[in-house]
Amino acid sequence: MYEGILQDLIDELGKLPGVGPKMAQRIAVHILQSDPETPKKLAELLLILQDRVNFCEMCGTVSEEAQCRICRDPRRDVSQICVVEESKDVIAIERSREFNGRYHVLGGSINPSQDIGPGQLRIKELITRLQDGAVQEVIIATDPDMEGEATSTYLARHLGPLGVTVSRIATGLQMGGDLEYADEVTIGRALSGRRIISQGGIS
Amino acid sequence: MYVSGLSLLRFRSYDYVNIKLVPGINVFIGTNGQGKTNLVEALNYCASFSSHRVSSDQPLVKQDEINAAVQVVVEQESRTITLDVEITPGKANKAKQNGSPLPKARELLGILLSVTFAPEDLMLVKGDPSERRKFMDDSITQLIPSYAGVRADFEKCLKQRNALLKSAYGKTNADVMHTLDVWDVQLAKTGAAVMYHRLKLVENMQGLVSDAYKNVSDDQHPLEISYVSNLEIPEGELSIALIESTMLQALAAKRNSELDRGVTLVGPHRDELQLMLRNLPVRGYASHGESWSCALALKLSLYELLKRSSRGGDPVLILDDVFAELDEIRRRKLVDLVKNNEQTIVTAAVAQDVPVELEGALFNVVDGTVTKVE
Repeated sequence: MYEGILQDLIDELGKLPGVGPKMAQRIAVHILQSDPETPKKLAELLLILQDRVNFCEMCGTVSEEAQCRICRDPRRDVSQICVVEESKDVIAIERSREFNGRYHVLGGSINPSQDIGPGQLRIKELITRLQDGAVQEVIIATDPDMEGEATSTYLARHLGPLGVTVSRIATGLQMGGDLEYADEVTIGRALSGRRIISQGGIS
Repeated sequence: MYVSGLSLLRFRSYDYVNIKLVPGINVFIGTNGQGKTNLVEALNYCASFSSHRVSSDQPLVKQDEINAAVQVVVEQESRTITLDVEITPGKANKAKQNGSPLPKARELLGILLSVTFAPEDLMLVKGDPSERRKFMDDSITQLIPSYAGVRADFEKCLKQRNALLKSAYGKTNADVMHTLDVWDVQLAKTGAAVMYHRLKLVENMQGLVSDAYKNVSDDQHPLEISYVSNLEIPEGELSIALIESTMLQALAAKRNSELDRGVTLVGPHRDELQLMLRNLPVRGYASHGESWSCALALKLSLYELLKRSSRGGDPVLILDDVFAELDEIRRRKLVDLVKNNEQTIVTAAVAQDVPVELEGALFNVVDGTVTKVE
């Protein structure tokens, strides 16, 4: 066990998600031995992070400006909104480059045991965004777990009556994966969500 | 199938132990508190991810330790499969098959099949309905391993819905009602799957249970089992969709009383496996001996079902300190079963408790050390 400042730093780093005591020690010792510019730069960023980075007033994703890069981009399709739980989900979908619409970050999912109901999520803001009629389709991309499914059902019931198409992203098999290694729930979902690729008799 | 090796690390009273087992009969002798049951409990855990003694994982881990590990080597016909399970209370189990980590620990289920007879079995008959629900759920998990996921989904959903009902007490605004609607859908979906599997299990077990009961008890009255649900399912072909829609209606009808009481009143968590003898419920009416016969009949029918569906040979039989509890007739019946089984593991406090026919490899268990008697 180290002492003084070094141990204090190890203890603080150890509180971060995914960082165990050994990892914290490695990071702290690495910082101690590195070129003085490294900790200085890191410290500056840490200090200004919470002041400078905010949330986009439109979609709710992290942004330094009032509106995020995606909401400001006039080339993005305004007729589609993809609803996700967290900002990191926006990054994941953006990486695919398959989606050219805009996003809406809920800030979580309906989770009664953590006391998160629809009121704590950015659902009112989403409904406001649908008022002008420009949005044709809302794609719900919450996580395929119990809470994500419940949130998706809730949204479908509340957005449907507004006259917009509501869709849910498909769940199923991983690309490049082996069918035999998939678990039964995934295979079941993949079967029930199958799509027809050839109608008998039509060529 | 049989188990050729069993290792325990930080499990219950053991720091580390490694035992080589033989096909046929293995007898563990040791006075109370020496650690015999811990051995078979570990084995059982690898077959069902549940203990026959406790419902939480915490007691399985040695005091002051964070996690425990169990390794079982299973011999199936010409295949050898090594199973590793790491138990960390409060976290998901980790599992390996032949050294490779499995993405989900529950994929391990279904490889090792075991049926345990233990003094605790009497609770199956005399205990609360929750004991019998656990019996049904654990049995289905061994028969259809994917049921572990179905059960986990339902329990998670139930927990969320109960949390919602509790927090909704006294503030029944539209927002709360709409959220509840959503959880009704999830509960009906997951609950219907649980109920469907349990109904199918009871249907498959009915005949076997009444045969087994006649066999162990010499009683001419049949033991009848049935699944009693708070839900009235309409006549017709049983399907998950039918149960789901029935449950949704029942949830809507019970909405107000659920809000008053703050708990979910509709669903398989309130169902019961009913045991009837001479048209009377066994619980509360049957004698001690009859109760034991019923418990044995349930376990024997599970053994039979597993044996029929197994693709890797007979299930491993575990007789945990059970002979001291039984009278001569019932001992005989168990001995008959053991004689033809591929592997049986017996524990007893003294060698005299074990019927003479059960001769096999002998181990002494003293204060957490296991030694084979040559």
